[in-house]
Amino acid sequence: MERKEWPLWEIFVRSKNGLDHKHCGSVHATDARMALQVARDVYTRRQEGVSIWAVKASDIVASDPDAKPELFDPAEDKIYRHPTFYKLPDEVDHM
Amino acid sequence: MGAQMTMQTTPEHLEYVLRLGDAALIHGQRLSEWCGHAPVLEEDMAMANMALDLIGQARLLLTHAGKLEGQGRDEDALAFLRHEGQYRNPTLCEMPNTDFAHTIVKAFLLGSFNLLLWERLGGSGDAELAAIAAKSLKEARYHAEHTGDWVIRLGDGTEESHRRAQAALDVLWPYTNELFAPNATDDAVSAAGIGPAWAELAAEWEAAVLPVLKAATLTVPARTPFQSYGKFGRHSEYMGHLLAHMQHLPRSFPGATW
Amino acid sequence: MYTQALDIPGQQPKGKPDAVENAAYQAEFDARIDAGATIEAKDWMPEAYRKTLIRQISQHAHSEIVGMLPEGNWISRAPSLKRKAILLAKVQDEGGHGLYLYAAAETLGVSRDELTEALLSGKAKYSSIFNYPTLNWADVGVIGWLVDGAAIMNQIPLCKCSYGPYARAMVRVCKEESFHQRQGYDALLAMMGGTEAQREMVQDAVNRWWWPSLMMFGPHDADSPNSGQSMRWGIKRISNDDLRQKFVDATVPQAEVLGVTLPDPDLTWNEDRGHYDFGTIDWDEFWNVVNGHGQCNVDRLATRVKAWEDGAWVREAAIAHAEKQAAREKAAA
Repeated sequence: MERKEWPLWEIFVRSKNGLDHKHCGSVHATDARMALQVARDVYTRRQEGVSIWAVKASDIVASDPDAKPELFDPAEDKIYRHPTFYKLPDEVDHM
Repeated sequence: MGAQMTMQTTPEHLEYVLRLGDAALIHGQRLSEWCGHAPVLEEDMAMANMALDLIGQARLLLTHAGKLEGQGRDEDALAFLRHEGQYRNPTLCEMPNTDFAHTIVKAFLLGSFNLLLWERLGGSGDAELAAIAAKSLKEARYHAEHTGDWVIRLGDGTEESHRRAQAALDVLWPYTNELFAPNATDDAVSAAGIGPAWAELAAEWEAAVLPVLKAATLTVPARTPFQSYGKFGRHSEYMGHLLAHMQHLPRSFPGATW
Repeated sequence: MYTQALDIPGQQPKGKPDAVENAAYQAEFDARIDAGATIEAKDWMPEAYRKTLIRQISQHAHSEIVGMLPEGNWISRAPSLKRKAILLAKVQDEGGHGLYLYAAAETLGVSRDELTEALLSGKAKYSSIFNYPTLNWADVGVIGWLVDGAAIMNQIPLCKCSYGPYARAMVRVCKEESFHQRQGYDALLAMMGGTEAQREMVQDAVNRWWWPSLMMFGPHDADSPNSGQSMRWGIKRISNDDLRQKFVDATVPQAEVLGVTLPDPDLTWNEDRGHYDFGTIDWDEFWNVVNGHGQCNVDRLATRVKAWEDGAWVREAAIAHAEKQAAREKAAA
């Protein structure tokens, strides 16, 4: 039989309710149930999680690192989007 | 010792708790043998997790048994310093890890059984046992699910995996007779409201197990008169070797603490 | 667990510097490294950097996996249920560390199967420390205390290494590793407080593991040709000799508390240096074990090969079932 590798899944764990799922690594698994089970065994042995997402690595669409300038630099001069841009009188500056 | 007992301990009650503790201990010991040797790293992690759950259950149960007994024996005295004939685990627990299919089929048959057992024991009149059951139930759920999925993968996988899974089932299935064999201990414990007679669980267990075996395209062997007697202290030849290994250190250095 | 210095001479990657064809990228890469920035998986990187990382991370991962075996040798014989559970959890953690690290290596465009093949064929190295046998129960404790202790020294700097996925895996590894060292020391404390026979076991284990633990930091800096480049790239942060000294300095007082003798008559406090002086490491032994002539080299590899080969049908079955299942779902749709 030809040798095939088990598909790679990226694993995201929510450490407690109220927080985002955070990427923590990957596992190999042949189906989604297995991916969730082994992710639990691999990444939550010390109560690190309350919820797990498993995403097939091949299904992830990522931005191109070479496109960083056009994707992210244009935000650089939009400083008026940040609250600190606005200088208000001291009495109301906690706004 | 024994001071925490709120109900009068009968020999049957003690025997029953010992059986539960030994079943967890010996099954866990076998599963732990995979650590470092599993077919894939992810499964190495899973096997070790199940073994850890079972060893944890064994510690609680044997500690509890020691208290029920009231003779000052702790979990280790019971785990390591009894003779083979004093262990009460069903024979199925001690069956060797012949290959991954044997381990998976065995862990599935036992896991499905434990799931039902812990569900019932959650309502035990023995409060300590009920508390252990509540914890163990969650673990057994995962064991039954994880191994059940694997039974299906192996049975419905390749020709070789099907053959191996079927061979494992053929070898192990007869040992499940023992789980449901009626006996006086169970009758007494059931009557006292401590736990179910295991025979009562037979129908429910089959209802849980058969659909998985079917999905795995495995043929369920016909019931035969085969009987094993591990839970009465008469074990398979495998047991002595397992114990020789497991007991070696505490027996070689009496009185040492570790 | 861990690594010995992962820069064994003779394994220098062959990739030529890409500076010529990729001058602009190279300049940007260098600037980022110099600025202490993190390189991520999809970023451009020089081929030699990528290859060095693959080699280092995979050696590290292999070490974790092979490292399960010496201690795993005692799981079925652990002398109490508590110690059995601790040891099993610990060895399982090593498997987890291997897994995190393989995952980090995979971000560099190499598959876990390829890396496994390299290990099993003997092409890839793993830490030589695991080619020593575990002969009594105290070995388990001493591995935790000394071997994991040495590993932690090696590993903590890697949490800040320049390659993001490796650094993040190491953060996770290091968090778990301190449990490993502490449980080992705790097991030894219990034995030292026990019977004479138990104390003898501990001393015997310390005698056998002390020097190999010092060797884990790798050759002297002067004999470690790859170190310069790795330092430059920020995938090695502290030199072999500096880490080794740090380890000795930290360990001597721990040995005193424990009540064991470290097997080195030259071990003395040097007031001027503010460090412990220690004896000469037997580098012939080190190279012999690295080159395959340790007591357990053959067994360790054979055990891994057997696990992999015995598991082939299982891995194939899971794929076959998933494919059948997918086909059935497609047909039903």
